[in-house]
Amino acid sequence: MLRTIITLSFLSVLISPVHADVNNCITCHQEWEDNDGPSFKFSRDIHSQNGLGCADCHGGDPTLDDMDEVRQSKNYRGVPDHLQVPDFCARCHSDASYMHNHNPSLPVDQLAKYKTSVHGQRLFGLGDKKVANCISCHTVHEIGDAKMPHSSTHPQNIPKTCAHCHADAKYMAEYDIPTNQYDDYKQSVHGIALLVDNDLGAPACNDCHGNHGAAPPGVNSLAAVCGVCHALEAQLFDGSPHKAAYEEYDIPMCEICHSNHKILKPTDAMIGSSDTAVCTDCHAPDDGTKGIYTADSIKTLIRDLVEARDSASVVLEDAKAKGMMTVNEEFLLKDVNQSLIQTRTMVHSFDVDSVAPRAEDGLAKADTVRVNSLNLIDEYYFRRKGLGIATLIITFLVIMLYIRIRRLER
Amino acid sequence: MAKDRSESSLIKAGYRWIDERLKIDALVEYMSGKVVPRHGHSAFYYLGGITLFLFCVQVVTGILLLMYYRPGADSAYESVRFLISEVTFGWLIRSIHSWSANLMIFAAFLHMFTVFFTHAYRKPRELTWYTGIGLMGLAMAFGFSGYLLPWNQLSFFATRVGTGMAGSIPVIGKQLMIIMRGGEEVTGATIGRFFGLHVAILPALFTGLLTLHLIFIQRQGMSEPIAWATKRPEEKKYMKFFPNFIYRDALVWLIVLNILALLAVVFPDGIGVIHWALGIKADPFAPPPDVIRPEWYFMFAFQALKFLPGHVLYIEGELFGMTIFAVGGLLWILVPYFNRHPAMDNRSKWIVGFGVFILVFIIAMTLIGYLVKQV
Repeated sequence: MLRTIITLSFLSVLISPVHADVNNCITCHQEWEDNDGPSFKFSRDIHSQNGLGCADCHGGDPTLDDMDEVRQSKNYRGVPDHLQVPDFCARCHSDASYMHNHNPSLPVDQLAKYKTSVHGQRLFGLGDKKVANCISCHTVHEIGDAKMPHSSTHPQNIPKTCAHCHADAKYMAEYDIPTNQYDDYKQSVHGIALLVDNDLGAPACNDCHGNHGAAPPGVNSLAAVCGVCHALEAQLFDGSPHKAAYEEYDIPMCEICHSNHKILKPTDAMIGSSDTAVCTDCHAPDDGTKGIYTADSIKTLIRDLVEARDSASVVLEDAKAKGMMTVNEEFLLKDVNQSLIQTRTMVHSFDVDSVAPRAEDGLAKADTVRVNSLNLIDEYYFRRKGLGIATLIITFLVIMLYIRIRRLER
Repeated sequence: MAKDRSESSLIKAGYRWIDERLKIDALVEYMSGKVVPRHGHSAFYYLGGITLFLFCVQVVTGILLLMYYRPGADSAYESVRFLISEVTFGWLIRSIHSWSANLMIFAAFLHMFTVFFTHAYRKPRELTWYTGIGLMGLAMAFGFSGYLLPWNQLSFFATRVGTGMAGSIPVIGKQLMIIMRGGEEVTGATIGRFFGLHVAILPALFTGLLTLHLIFIQRQGMSEPIAWATKRPEEKKYMKFFPNFIYRDALVWLIVLNILALLAVVFPDGIGVIHWALGIKADPFAPPPDVIRPEWYFMFAFQALKFLPGHVLYIEGELFGMTIFAVGGLLWILVPYFNRHPAMDNRSKWIVGFGVFILVFIIAMTLIGYLVKQV
């Protein structure tokens, strides 16, 4: 009898649905928290959605319903201090074997990287509690997958997440760094691509600065940072005479011409010796280099190609408007545009002999488009004349037939 | 003068030489005896001739296109592009072929409706009507099969929709669709089938049926108006078929040729909704064009099917619509059976009403198809 009672009691505990899911943390906290409190937010958190509960981070026994007993229970860790947060998260996120069972695609070096970041160095080295830790960016109790649009670490939300602190002049006052990066970034080609055109391939803050290891790129590593995406430009720059000169004078490589956060769409006006050209920021006609000559020569090549392309486009559009078959010329004009892009890219070699072949190739193609389009316009008038002659002949035959019929039926 | 006489005697000698061998004197005498009624609606008699003329243009330009066209998913589009951009007057041949095809279908529609409303299909011309309806169907099949041949984006997706509709026919639909496509999907195999249909099977059938149609017309002559049944012989006017009617036919053909030349030169890619610009090459993985429309002569059916709900009386909407079209088409074909009396009676009036309904339906559905914004 006793054996039966013990067995039934054991089984009832085993099959009880309450046993595994009891989470008195939520039950109690929801009684005194408002709707925006952690106990309400947590249902939206990726950890909650993957089956983790409060006790998995904060420790303690969630089946207990007395807070004092919870505090005394096993592994209770409570709420971490700002300084403790990185280690608090790293308990799981730096544990490769644990993460392998939950999300093997996630790296486990976040804490190590964080310690190399400016944030980490100030937090751990100086005990600066104003710098960002994990929850500053990822939020807390409603942490989202970076792939989800509502997440604070989704690419399109990252600029705003960083700007939360970095655009706050009052908050950042003691660090003596600018706070206009977010405003500048929004006006840049990158910001417009990411935030306006919804191009998720465009870089956000973390793509240049790193995320967990966030730090401003050094003067000499700028080309490497930009070169991650702009590989050809970086390669051409490395082979150019500017490379050694910039290193010698500690000039920030890409930034000196293109700026950093406010990288606007480059224009041809940036090249040459005019007031709008960036070349004149460093070079003068009498500076003992051939810099201005090179800049003007390259500018002339690009200007000629742009004019040739535009002139060919006008003639081509005219031929198209006349209903002529311009498919081949349209394809060739795309090649001209391609040559123009290549020529502009080759500017980063700062060498006329490297730029000229691309420009000349484009000029030759633009000329072919223009000549072919003019031929098509001639052909258009030839067709009209042909139609006129054919109409005359047919009309003559119609009149002759009409006269014949009239005579026949008179 | 002496020269004229010698030329004239030379022609006569040539004529005698042929006549001795082929006995064409009898044929000329037969033709000279043929007459064509002259009345207020005599202009309708030229519509068949216009359709025939445009078919001849189709044959000539089609043969010229054949010299450059290469069927296949990797060559069809490229060969058409080469033809219209590189080959001397290639653009003109394609343009004339396309304009002529559309005008031929239009002329055939007019011809069919004028025959219908003048009751020219009644005894003894039932067979002429049946062969004419067959020719109309074949002309539309020419249009459907030719549309795919340039293998551009629009033709690809339109053919996918068109052949897909055939797939909704019960029992045989799926197999019919596979036979048409040469597989489950519209591919290079479909071009091969449509090309064979367009340049071999359909022309053979069309030529046979057209020959019969023309023989019937020649044997029976032009249909006289119903009102003539009560007229006295001296009140009826006629003209000789040869040469008077032939001359008039030739005059109309010349005008049509001039209109065709004008359209082909001024609008080489068509105009408005009737267009055949080559565009971009067919890509089965690309998103379909925003608006997929069939050729204008299929628009009424396409639009009517779109109006039908998903299910009508437990029958799938599309199937219900196609059944209605099949029944309507059968009634249309069998109209000589329902209207056999030579005089205008009540039944004739009902049939005219049916014809008016069909005509209004076709025009209304076509206009809605083009004017109402597609969603």
